[in-house]
Amino acid sequence: MKDILAELEARREAARAGGGERRVQAQHAKGKLTARERIELLLDEGSFEEFDMFVAHRCTDFGMEKDRPAGDGVVTGWGTINGRQVYVFSQDFTVMGGSVSETHAGKICKIMDMAMQNGAPVIGINDSGGARIQEGVASLAAYGEVFQRNIEASGVVPQISLIMGPCAGGAVYSPAMTDFIFMVKDSSYMFVTGPDVVKTVTNEVVTAEELGGASTHTRKSSVADGAFENDVEALAEIRRLFDFLPLNNRQKAPVRPFFDAPDRIEPSLDTLVPDNPNQPYDMKELILKVADEGDFFEIQKDFAANIIIGFIRLEGQTVGVVANQPMVLAGCLDIDASRKAARFVRFCDAFEIPILTFVDVPGFLPGTGQEYGGVIKHGAKLLFAYGEATVPKVTVLTRKTYGGAYVVMASKHLKADFNYAWPTAEVAVMGAKGAVEILYRSELGEPEKIAARVKDYEDRFANPFVAAEKGFIDEVIMPHSTRRRVARAFAALRSKKALMPWKKHDNIPL
Amino acid sequence: MFDKILIANRGEIACRVIKTARRMGIRTVAVYSDADRNALHVQMADEAVHIGPPPAAQSYIVIDRIMEAIRKTGAQAVHPGYGFLSENRNFAAALEAEGVVFIGPPSAAIEAMGDKITSKKIAQEAGVSTVPGYMGLIADADEAVKISREIGYPVMIKASAGGGGKGMRIAWTDAEAAEGFQSSKNEAAASFGDDRIFIEKFVTQPRHIEIQVLADKHGNCVYLHERECSIQRRNQKVIEEAPSPFLDEATRKAMGEQACALAKAVDYTSAGTVEFIVDGNRNFYFLEMNTRLQVEHPVTELITGVDLVEQMIRVADGQPLPFRQEDLKIHGWAMESRLYAEDPYRNFLPSIGRLTRYRPPVEGKTARGGIVRNDTGVYEGGEISMFYDPMIAKLCTWGPTRADAIEEMRLALDTFEVEGIGHNLPFCSAVMDHPRFVRGDITTAFIAEEYEGGFTGATLDAGLLRRVAAAAAAMNRVAEIRRTRISGTMDNHTRRVGDDWVVTLQGESWPVTVKADHEGSTVVFEDGTDLRVESDWTPGQPLARLTVGGEPLVIKTAKIPMGFRMRLRGADLKVHVQSPRQKALAGLMLEKAPPDTSKYLLCPMPGLVVKIAVSEGEEVQEGQALATVEAMKMENILKAERKGVVKKIRAHAGASLKVDDVIMEFE
Repeated sequence: MKDILAELEARREAARAGGGERRVQAQHAKGKLTARERIELLLDEGSFEEFDMFVAHRCTDFGMEKDRPAGDGVVTGWGTINGRQVYVFSQDFTVMGGSVSETHAGKICKIMDMAMQNGAPVIGINDSGGARIQEGVASLAAYGEVFQRNIEASGVVPQISLIMGPCAGGAVYSPAMTDFIFMVKDSSYMFVTGPDVVKTVTNEVVTAEELGGASTHTRKSSVADGAFENDVEALAEIRRLFDFLPLNNRQKAPVRPFFDAPDRIEPSLDTLVPDNPNQPYDMKELILKVADEGDFFEIQKDFAANIIIGFIRLEGQTVGVVANQPMVLAGCLDIDASRKAARFVRFCDAFEIPILTFVDVPGFLPGTGQEYGGVIKHGAKLLFAYGEATVPKVTVLTRKTYGGAYVVMASKHLKADFNYAWPTAEVAVMGAKGAVEILYRSELGEPEKIAARVKDYEDRFANPFVAAEKGFIDEVIMPHSTRRRVARAFAALRSKKALMPWKKHDNIPL
Repeated sequence: MFDKILIANRGEIACRVIKTARRMGIRTVAVYSDADRNALHVQMADEAVHIGPPPAAQSYIVIDRIMEAIRKTGAQAVHPGYGFLSENRNFAAALEAEGVVFIGPPSAAIEAMGDKITSKKIAQEAGVSTVPGYMGLIADADEAVKISREIGYPVMIKASAGGGGKGMRIAWTDAEAAEGFQSSKNEAAASFGDDRIFIEKFVTQPRHIEIQVLADKHGNCVYLHERECSIQRRNQKVIEEAPSPFLDEATRKAMGEQACALAKAVDYTSAGTVEFIVDGNRNFYFLEMNTRLQVEHPVTELITGVDLVEQMIRVADGQPLPFRQEDLKIHGWAMESRLYAEDPYRNFLPSIGRLTRYRPPVEGKTARGGIVRNDTGVYEGGEISMFYDPMIAKLCTWGPTRADAIEEMRLALDTFEVEGIGHNLPFCSAVMDHPRFVRGDITTAFIAEEYEGGFTGATLDAGLLRRVAAAAAAMNRVAEIRRTRISGTMDNHTRRVGDDWVVTLQGESWPVTVKADHEGSTVVFEDGTDLRVESDWTPGQPLARLTVGGEPLVIKTAKIPMGFRMRLRGADLKVHVQSPRQKALAGLMLEKAPPDTSKYLLCPMPGLVVKIAVSEGEEVQEGQALATVEAMKMENILKAERKGVVKKIRAHAGASLKVDDVIMEFE
């Protein structure tokens, strides 16, 4: 009996050793942790329960049958983050470069099936050279199996991808279909075709980092939702993000004890909006002053900064925030901002996370770049996302909100539940100057007359009261009491039930 | 007594005058420019009158505007504060003409003391010690030596027309005097076309010590002792105290009496300040007299118990001083830190903008038995405007001894929360812990000598670091336990927060065990020693007030990944609290070199790009204008620091940039 126990320990030992000391050292030399070390830091201490430690590949081509390492290049299982269940896979670059075989993918599929069945999120740690070429089409089929599960799990349990090494070729499409992608600066990259192929096909010379590093994907492509300095920081921050997310689509957003009075007054918000209507101000200050404890987990902060998205808590419960940022492009909506916010709104809606929207939007960005790029359809994504969202929706207008962008930004007309406006808000078809230039075209040559017309228009429309008279705004509120008003609004909406008409699924303008 | 006074000033001094007036039952009138529409002094006053556009030259110092405001409101007297019209003879005269009382000295006294040469002459005649020197023309080197001997070495040989150190020599011997005279003369002729030279005593180890005087219209004049104002940065006072740690009773008395003699010589009334320069042997020399209330007057008020503004008002009303010289004793010690919106980490560059957070310490008696006083003109959500002095507040503390006053100041500064703009609070904190300052061994060169290469944050001593480490460990435990109280956990399989942690700060690691109980926690270090930490801190609270090892500790705290940013005592620390395993694995992470920014032109302040003056591929010379950035309506021209070639322009006209955003790259 003892021998049998010892044999188990020996086998476990061998599996845990991964690709062996030399490869582990090479991994460490790049500032990267091993697959198991990553799981250790991601999960609560001692909570990891491993699956399929002894799985080995079945390939017999190219002499592969001689090398059948236990685990087959990926560590899978479940554990807890601050006591809540999570399923995890972590590709082991030290074992066959973390390449994806039929059995490797099978392990991932197994925990994804478990996660969906048990209603717990999946976190995938990607560090893989790609398909295991020796397995040929079997490897591709294996990817396909994973993709299909990503698709099925989407909207059922949250899926988070951490890119902590290479992730190239078809492999990128698994993270691409998850809810969030985070990268590690300088040690991870993602691309469909690598620098060599790029050079052969297009003659472009580009480094892997330039082509698909963290900076590229957080700033230019928006493929990634954020990037961290190193593995240790990334894993710690994913734990932080995890605490904001519900476990599955049948549960409400999590709640935890909070140490911040819901009725906290912030007198400084009364002066947040500058006297000069053209002077920008930082919308993040409002978010931080409304949030519990000033805690804000921002998503995609380096991309389309004219809109801010991320998670806060109100009375301990997660709320998704969408806010125009007057500091960047005057806070207008454009293709990038619409896409960024639309996907976030849909994530919140899928997982019962209430949505708080702060609005200061002068309209959609004009120009050929935008029109040729299809701003009509991209802008419609945000409109569609807000309109179909049935979670509690609370909107606060801080300053201007003009034209179509007004309707898009969680207006009353898109079934937002509570629409508040600060006294500084202006709801109008457009700015006074633009409106007068259209209405009084014949007087354009007479500056005094135009000035008087502008003044008239401002007096009539540069306030929230016209909209309030029509009931498009439920209440004009004091800026300093925003936190209290918003918290009470969400409290009132805790048992909100709203349904969309039955459909197989909608047809959002993708 | 007046029913209504107008305060011809803004900011903290206007607020400070309003406070006293209100206490005396006098109604107050504020004046304000466009930029000050929402300012605190406007909110505090009973009435407020708009006097023009933001620049002071078009509002606060336009005599006609102030006179109009007086007429409109029927104010019977005007307090000018400091700066602006406070030492303007024409203003005093204009008030006189309209029969409005000026709460300050007579215009003749202002005029007499307003001129450096006249005031020195009057001082000499009044028997006030002045810097010995020879003003006449000096024929040759021999005469220069003779004069130098009479004055006594060391002497300073200066060009009459000089400035900026040109044509200036210091001589300690006859030979140096002769040589210095000749070279100064040559340099002066070459630089200024004026070779007149004069010689005066060179004051070694100079301190700036000033005497507060108060005189009424009945011939009474008293001095309220001295203020030491030696901690200056480029002639701007930063920290003041009263009394001076340097003066003895005899010197104090001599200086006080001479100050009163000078005041009497010009028929001075109201509050005034006689500034002296004092050398290492306690020789003191008259510098100038300020015929107004000084910025740093609160320290005098704290050690004498006299409200100087109240006395100014009473004197203006014709009342006699209610005390005699012998009634004015020095009681305890007071310190003042001037908080400026100047970023010490960026060579004290003015920083303007919105105060997103402004929470001064609670004023009044402290737990240690001291006093905190904060004179300010701003509030949370207010703006620090580019148009005026960038002072945020004057934080004063009082204690029975100098050491107590310093300790109170340390805690008060640690408690003072100012966010949204750069400010010199960490610098003031650092000075409070500087051994030379603590010893009182200071001169006007203190900052230049001790912070020669600029300010990069204070270095905390090992004992304090240990206390910070203990605080962080205890606070982290509170935060971690809260994280486990989230909904949706697996029953019976919840996370247990461990006791063992590793705190890392300033490159040093402290493995600790945190033993928590109901009152707090005991943090045990590797060597077996421990520190008791007690606090009501909860996660997210920006200000952690703790008792660590029995002593109070106040830390400004913000969350960073795996720990806290902690600011205290002039230091800005990244404190990581990690599990031992996390710490071990963190050791495998690569050190990343901070990005080399020398090849970039970075935006020095938040602003709007107005113009890019160069194009890609262009070769630029050192000092060449590269771009113009507009911040708060001011155009700032950014120039090349060195020769180079523009590689890529990243920001274009119209772009709105944050601090350190890249404007262009160089090859």
